[in-house]
Amino acid sequence: MTPRRLPPALALPALLTALGVLLPLSYLVLRALGAQGEELREIVFRSRNLELLRNTLGLALGVLVAGTALALPLAYLAARTTFRPRRLLMLLGALPLALPGYVGAYALIAASGPGGTIEAATGINWPGPSGFWGALGVLTLFTFPYLFLNLHAALRTQDSALEDAARLLGRTPWQTFWAVTLPHLRPAWLAGSLLVTLHVLGDFSVVSLMRYPTFSAAIYQQYTAAYDRVYSAWLALMLLAVTGLTLWLEARLMRGVYLTRVSPGGARQLARFPLRGWAPLAWAFVLVLAGAALVVPLGTILYWLRLEQGPSALVGLLEATRSALGAAGLAAVTTTVLAFPLAYIGNRYAGRWARVTERVAYLGYATPPLAFALALIFFVLRSAPDLYQTFALLILAYTLHFVAEAIGPLRTSLGRATPRLEEAARVLGAPPGRTLWRITLPLMRPGLLVSAAFVFLSVLKELPLTLLLAPTGFETLSRNVWTYTEEAQYAAAAPYALVLAASGAVLTGLILRRER
Amino acid sequence: MVLGEWKKEQERATPPILEIENLGKRYAPGLPPVLEGLNLHMKAGELVTLLGPSGCGKTTTLRLIAGLETPDTGRVCINGREVTSPFLPPERRGVGLVFQDYALFPHLTVLGNVCFGLHTLPRAKRVVRARETLALVGLTVFENRYPHQLSGGQQQRVALARALAPRPALLLLDEPFSNLDAGLRHSTRQEVRAILRRSGMAALLVTHDQEEALAFSDRLVVMRSGHVEQVGTPHEVYAQPRTAFVANFLGRSNLLSGTAWGLQARTALGDVLLAEPAHGPVLVSVRPEHLAFARPGEDGVPVTILAREYKGHDVTYTVRLGQQELLVHDASDTIWPEGAGARVRVTRAARAVR
Repeated sequence: MTPRRLPPALALPALLTALGVLLPLSYLVLRALGAQGEELREIVFRSRNLELLRNTLGLALGVLVAGTALALPLAYLAARTTFRPRRLLMLLGALPLALPGYVGAYALIAASGPGGTIEAATGINWPGPSGFWGALGVLTLFTFPYLFLNLHAALRTQDSALEDAARLLGRTPWQTFWAVTLPHLRPAWLAGSLLVTLHVLGDFSVVSLMRYPTFSAAIYQQYTAAYDRVYSAWLALMLLAVTGLTLWLEARLMRGVYLTRVSPGGARQLARFPLRGWAPLAWAFVLVLAGAALVVPLGTILYWLRLEQGPSALVGLLEATRSALGAAGLAAVTTTVLAFPLAYIGNRYAGRWARVTERVAYLGYATPPLAFALALIFFVLRSAPDLYQTFALLILAYTLHFVAEAIGPLRTSLGRATPRLEEAARVLGAPPGRTLWRITLPLMRPGLLVSAAFVFLSVLKELPLTLLLAPTGFETLSRNVWTYTEEAQYAAAAPYALVLAASGAVLTGLILRRER
Repeated sequence: MVLGEWKKEQERATPPILEIENLGKRYAPGLPPVLEGLNLHMKAGELVTLLGPSGCGKTTTLRLIAGLETPDTGRVCINGREVTSPFLPPERRGVGLVFQDYALFPHLTVLGNVCFGLHTLPRAKRVVRARETLALVGLTVFENRYPHQLSGGQQQRVALARALAPRPALLLLDEPFSNLDAGLRHSTRQEVRAILRRSGMAALLVTHDQEEALAFSDRLVVMRSGHVEQVGTPHEVYAQPRTAFVANFLGRSNLLSGTAWGLQARTALGDVLLAEPAHGPVLVSVRPEHLAFARPGEDGVPVTILAREYKGHDVTYTVRLGQQELLVHDASDTIWPEGAGARVRVTRAARAVR
């Protein structure tokens, strides 16, 4: 069936998603414009803004470069060489995603410096990470998987005939890599880069712990300490402008990339590059990376866990685990439910509406969470104060922010439930509802599960929305890790960090298995 | 005589299974219509084929009948009931459809697929009916398999069983044999035809394969760019093509321009007999099997043999006559060498076409 018009049952969720993101944001603008002439000029032209901008952009660029330097060799090793065991590389490339950045920062801070894990274990006083390089290191270690997963998929599915053709036309392997392989990675790299950049722009926890002021760190500081509403609104707007610039740049660079396979490519096995003499170097790279991204953080958590825990620690842990899992579970369901119509429109309808819907879904994801939370607070306090600090608002914020994450796997699985099958069901006498229930949804089950797992994991790790929007007394794993780390109570933070890391690892493992 | 009257009476009493009037469809304003002013009637138990090149609107016609598209103009009646205005959704039209790619539900077994359309029956009867239908297509032993565990021909028969099980008034088949290899296509076609005859169901088949159309149907509808070119029994359409398009699309044909007066036309092949009278400038269609090489003593027009295509039971020659190339089917034992000169004559009355 090729229906021209979008049925209201599908258009409504898209409209509500757009309203849910845009209304609070527009309120942010109103709020920012609340300042008067002189004050306004003072805020906008504060020299600190320029410093924040420089820091934010510098950090984003640095993480991108460093992340690529880690992700590209690792992806190439996993996809194109004879390195074994390959599964180790996949785990190394994906597992750091399970560890939230602030847990990583916590672990690295708690590991170094006087009295840290490294000194206790080796006697060497390892300098603690801080400032630009500290933030760069931690953010790189825990966001490079976005690049790795994209690059790996692209490398693995590349048409081997292209490289063969280049070799037959007289290029050396090295020239072929530069002239054929690398250009083909551009879309994958851009997609991964966008995720990394959005993550860096939105992160306030790592930069705060490393004392490196960026827009997000400044917003958080304003919110907790100074509480200058007009200035925080302005900071949020500036951050939004930087995000908008990033999105525009990505779209711009993506334009004109035509890498569709023109020849009828067979599913030929890609030739793997024999490592031989390079093997020790590859192993050194892998081991150092594994040490920094996985062993040190986990070791530190376990080390601090040995130290004496308060008597009420276990009760608190159980309480926080329960509320964290509850919130994540509920948000996973609501987000997947909201994502379904959006994915359906994107997959089944051509034209302007489908494109707009897709953009709408990514709006909430691209909006830096602190800016979004702030906008929601302003908006709710003015229009529905009863909602402020309620569980419902928290779940709504999670849903609007993470809906884009759920759309990808759903769209992929909609490819399995083709329109032809739905038509077959209709002709066999099944009305639309029964068709959805008996045919479309069962066929989409793997996608639904992966979507829900993605969102579940993200909500579990999520910090800024939780900090700003959760009801008072609502303690989650992420919130407690953050609070204790901020107060330098590393031992108290350890159990929460461990449970978080463990559930993250289990979920990441499940997603990896499903997606294979 | 009496029996004939009674039969006519019967036909008048039972409404046609399908009535299409002035059906039109355009996918977007500004684009040319895919379908324009289409008319078609089908009697109970009749096997009709829509034949035409790809893009002629035959699949669109099928989808309009099934309710998978909405028409812009015209109306469709199934079993005497108007289904276009108000628009009746596909699940309430009571037609069966066999898709080109079968569209079997991959998460259901063969039995589950066949039972899917039987949800209005009580649970106990569903499986009984599904097994009956599977027996009809000879697939009962596979009922617990999943579609991906079946061969192409088996999948095709499951698709047929699934469409037949709810006993629809009308079965629509969208190029159902095109995904099968040549040998299987032939036997499956014969089988499906036999099954449809046995069940007495009316069926509308869409195909671009002329051999399939000729072998399968009681009646043939040749379509071209959105409208009907000619309707008739396969033999009528083949033997009496009304247009040059039909003459060339259904079988091969030699088209010669000429001038007609009554039952004769003057062409490059000399004076040719016409099956129906015509006057003035005409286009004459001569089938290759209606051309023969003249034996010594017979009249004929001199030609040069350009190419030879040996096919065992006969030979197709391409010959040159003046500026024109003609096809000649020759079933005799004499093999003419390429480049040789010969004389051809017309053995049967030709048709003047538009």
